[in-house]
This record gives sequence, C-alpha cells and structure tokens, in this order.
Amino acid sequence: MTDRFAQRFAACRNQGRSALITFVTAGDPTAADSAAILDALVEGGADIIELGMPFTDPMADGPAIELANLRSLGSGTTTADILAIATAFRGRHPDIPLVLMGYANPMLARGAEWFAAQAKAAGVDGVICVDIPPEEDREIGPALRAAGIDLIRLATPTTDAARLPAVLDGAGGFLYHVSVAGITGKQQAQLTHIEHAVAKLKAATDLPVAVGFGVRTPEQAAAIGRVADGVVVGSAIVDIVGSHGDKAAPFVRDFVASLRAAMTAREHAA
Amino acid sequence: MTDTITLPNSLRSQPDERGHFGAFGGRYVAETLMPLILDLEKEYRAAKADPAFEEEFQTLLKHYVGRPNPLYYAGRLTEALRKNAPAGKGAKIYLKREELNHTGAHKINNCIGQILLAKRMGKTKIIAETGAGQHGVATATVAALFGLPCTIFMGAKDVERQKPNVFRMKLLGAEVHAVTSGSQTLKDAMNDALRHWVSNVHDTFYIIGTAAGPHPYPELVRDFQSVIGKEIRAQMLEAEGRLPDMLIAPVGGGSNAIGMFHPFLDDSDVAMVGVEAAGEGLDGKHAASLAGGASGILHGNRTYLLQDEDGQITEAHSISAGLDYPGIGPEHSWLHEIGRVDYVPVTDKEALASFQKLSSLEGIIPALESAHAVAAAERIAPTLDADKIVVVNLSGRGDKDIFTVAEALEVEI
Repeated sequence: MTDRFAQRFAACRNQGRSALITFVTAGDPTAADSAAILDALVEGGADIIELGMPFTDPMADGPAIELANLRSLGSGTTTADILAIATAFRGRHPDIPLVLMGYANPMLARGAEWFAAQAKAAGVDGVICVDIPPEEDREIGPALRAAGIDLIRLATPTTDAARLPAVLDGAGGFLYHVSVAGITGKQQAQLTHIEHAVAKLKAATDLPVAVGFGVRTPEQAAAIGRVADGVVVGSAIVDIVGSHGDKAAPFVRDFVASLRAAMTAREHAA
Repeated sequence: MTDTITLPNSLRSQPDERGHFGAFGGRYVAETLMPLILDLEKEYRAAKADPAFEEEFQTLLKHYVGRPNPLYYAGRLTEALRKNAPAGKGAKIYLKREELNHTGAHKINNCIGQILLAKRMGKTKIIAETGAGQHGVATATVAALFGLPCTIFMGAKDVERQKPNVFRMKLLGAEVHAVTSGSQTLKDAMNDALRHWVSNVHDTFYIIGTAAGPHPYPELVRDFQSVIGKEIRAQMLEAEGRLPDMLIAPVGGGSNAIGMFHPFLDDSDVAMVGVEAAGEGLDGKHAASLAGGASGILHGNRTYLLQDEDGQITEAHSISAGLDYPGIGPEHSWLHEIGRVDYVPVTDKEALASFQKLSSLEGIIPALESAHAVAAAERIAPTLDADKIVVVNLSGRGDKDIFTVAEALEVEI
C-alpha cells in the first residue's frame, strides 16, 4: 500500500485547497453508532479521519471530548471494539487515511508491538499519542515505525526552534500544529500567529502541516486552510454527536460539508 | 551525621538523567508542557546547587513550619502490644510527629520548597490538586505567605467529605475549584489541574503534592520531604545511639514515605514498610496500586496503576481521601520491584481501629492516612523482638477526619 497521507495531501494540493481532517471519538455514543458517523464524515467531504481512542483520564482534552470519552466508555467500548471500527472503516473506504489518536496507557496496555500490529491489521495509517513526547519515544515510536505506521507528532506554541528537531525526529504522516497552548476545543489563536507558526514549521520539515485545537466554524476552517496544508476540526463535531447521539450522522455530514464548502470556495474566489 | 555520601551504585542516586527510576517515572506529558518541564528541571538543578536556596528553605522549615518536630517514643502503645505478644516480643515504637508541623501534616515541607522554586522562576500564580485537603491547605498557606494568588483543584466528592479543609483553604485566600468529572476524587483533581496548567504555562506554577507526576517532580518532592528521614536519623542516634530496625509509612502517592525512606535506602539493616490502602479489602474496592495494579502511564509518569485489561483507569477506594488514588509515586514502584521496601495492605476497618487506639492510648489523633501505618505497626511489632525499634511516620493529624470517622462509627456529632 502506498502512503495514503502523501496521496491525499497531494490530491488536495492539486485541487488548490488544504485537507480537511476530522476527529470523532470511537464508540461515541456506542460502538454500533461509529460506522454511520464515520461514513458521514467522509460523505461530508473529510479528507483524513482521526479516530479518538477513549480514555478514562483524557488530560489534554477539554469538556467536549472528555464527555465523548466518558459516553463511549460508559456504553462499554473496548479496545477490541475500536479496532473493529477501524477495520470496518478501512473495508468501506480503502483510500481515506485513518489516524488513531489517544493516550499512552490504553495504547500500551498489551505492549507497543501488540498495538502496532493490531493497528496495522486494522488499516490504520497513523497514530497520535498525546502523552508520549519525543523524550519517551522508545515506548511506542520504534514499534509503530517497524509496523509501517506513521507516528504523528504535535508542535505547540511552546515548541521553540531548539526543540523542533527533536519533535520532527521520527515523525511521519503530517505535523500537527496545536495552535493554542491549552486543551482541545477552547480558545482560538490569532490567524497571524498561526500563519507565522506554520511558516516556521514548513521551513523545518517536508511533512504537510495541519493546524488544530479551537477550530469550530467554516469561516475559521477556511481562513486557516489558506495558510496550512490541513485543518483539524474535532470538538465542534464531537459536540454534534453529543447533542444528537445515535441520530447524529446526518447532522455531522451537513456540518462537515459546510466546513468543506468554505475551504473549497477560495479556489473559485481566487 | 544527617546525610550520607551518595555512592555511584547507591539506591539513593535515582532517577537517571531522563527521570527514570528503573522502568518507572519519566516525562509523559503533552508537548505543550514539555518545554516547561525541562525548564523546571534546569531551575531545580540550579536551586539545588545554590546555598542561598537551601538556607531559605531551612529557615522557613525551622521558623515557619516548626521543624524539627519530635521523634516520640510511644510507650503506652508499645506496652499494650507487648501484652498480647509472645514473651520477649514487641518492638519499641517511635512516632515521627509530622502532624505537629504547621498546617498539621508533612505536606508543608514540599510546599515551602516548591513555592521557593516558583519565586525563583518568576511565576506569579499557584495551582495545586488536593485529595484530603492537606496539600491544598499547605499550598494555600505558602501562597498566602508569599502573596501569590492560588487555585486549588479538588474532587467534588472530596470537597463534600473534607469540609473543614475546604473552609480553611478559603480562609487562606485560595479559590477552591470543585472538580465534577470522573470519580470526582484526587485523580480527577489532578486531571483538571493539568488542564489548567497547560492553558496557563506562561505564568503559573503547579505545586504537585506527592512524589509523582512528570520528572522532575518525583525527585524534587522527595528531596524536599527527605527532611523527615534526615531528622529521624539524627534523632534516633541521639535517643538510642543507633539506627532504627524498621520504618513504616502510609503510601498514597507516597511523598511522606519516600521522604522518610530515602535517607536510609543504603542502610541495608533498616527494613522499610510502605502501607497501601486496601479499602474494603483487596478483593473489593481498594486503593492498593502495587498489590492490585499493573505498570502503566498516567499523570506524567510510568508507575503501578489500578487499571483494567484495556488500560482504562479504575476507581480507587479508601476511607482516607489522601490515599484514594489509583497510582503511586514511581520511586515506590521501583523500590517494590527491586524488593528494597515491603509494601503491605491495610483495610479501612483496620485503619479505623488504629485511629481510635492511638487516640485513646497516646492522646494523639492521627490522620486516617497515618492510622494505616499505625495499623501495620500493630500487626508487625508483636512479631519482632522487644529490643527492635520501629518508627512510624505520623504524617498528619486527624482533626480533618473526625466527621468521616464519626460516620463510619455511626456516631452523630
């Protein structure tokens, strides 16, 4: 299998737009609902899917995603369920890059090699592990890279120039720029700051740079799309799942379509 | 006399330069926090090498905290246990009186050290998590002393069962944030404190209350708490002319225990017992991470955790809010694995009995946390020869627990 990330980012570039990366929590509200919600993301025009692995203690997440984690675990979602959701998604969508995002403890509970092998078998392309910084890479990085899965790293406003090479060492897929120093779904950074940060990151790496944390509206997505290779939207979608539960799919599809339309409009306006 | 030289192969030379105690410890935090953690480590190294920092720390410990506190021979407890022991058995029991510190527990030792670090780093706001409220009170106290605004994160369940400490923190000028997520106890308070910190890293110092969290916290908290063990060493040499045979301390996160143990780790004749909260018993709800958990990653460190097979954290239970945590400091996980310290469980019921026994026998009302260590001493001392010496860390006073104990005993007050 060739690199789905590279293919997808190239396709977006050819269309003169940035990639729309959408996040939902696996098994929210139940494992049985995930397939329809993931399909709605794709139907709405998502380019890349981040599938959140729920954890009891999601320390880097704000209330929206924390509640999604607790809804999912409350309905009994297990690691086996999450892998089954990913496997089924890959079967239905052979070309859409799929990322598992979550915390170290559930990922490493049965060992890094086990997790990497299972994720690979499920058709996962990349993994974001929120609480494994480059300093602790050996916990998960070698196993993922050996299995051919990209370890997607985060760069934040506190990641300075001296530190950036360590963040990029061993990174793959794309570079995720966390636009605010904070938790998910809260405040939004100023566009000029984002533009400046992305320029610095792009000077340091050939990886595509995606921007996330606090992107909630089509207007924000469109504006960030003009300065980055990808835009990540999570909490706003998770809120829709929270409000509509097992009937969320059409609402999710319409919202994602509105994001995608706003991000696509610029090629016509240009 | 109060300290020994650290040898290269010493048990006292952990952690390594990456913050690992054997397979445990480390820095498992989001990238946003990582630069700050590295900065804190650099600042701590500089402070450790600065005699002025040590002098200010010692001055505050002496004149503000009231150190050294006594090492007290608990004669009536010793005699009571000897009565039911086989002939010639029943070790002498000493109590290290941390409960006599200002604010009533060992927590203040660490808070003094960390607020001096905060000042050194130019941070202007203080946050902390708290379980029983002892660390919250101690943090609010030092924040008041240094005139810094302070927010304490506390599980809503703990706010309910520790009302006197909540009021104390407010009197001291702190804002108490009741955390309603998850199990609404210490781990959730720590989650929310970390969330607040990650959003306010530029001006905020997080005073972690136990010897856990990302490196360098386990090391620096241990160093600040090591005053406990250093004093015991000097006091015991003065009282008995020798070192004790055994040290016993309660372990939640384990800061009082590591502070007591660490100065003695290379003294192979000194046995050490850490007491975990077994709650309703190890086959029921408990908080014994070593006896009933497995290695995992939470709150910035790799350590033993109560968790299910998918790595989801399971809820801890103990009658003592200060021990009601599903993890343990990483150095304890290491000391457990290498067998240097023996960790034993004590149930709610046993702790309650010892809470009453120490109150009536010695006129000392222990914190429920400390009552766990007393219970272990009651179990172990009668099996030791009468010429042996055991020191129990009386880490806190029990005034805060009288409502919980009254309820458990079905007494109305």
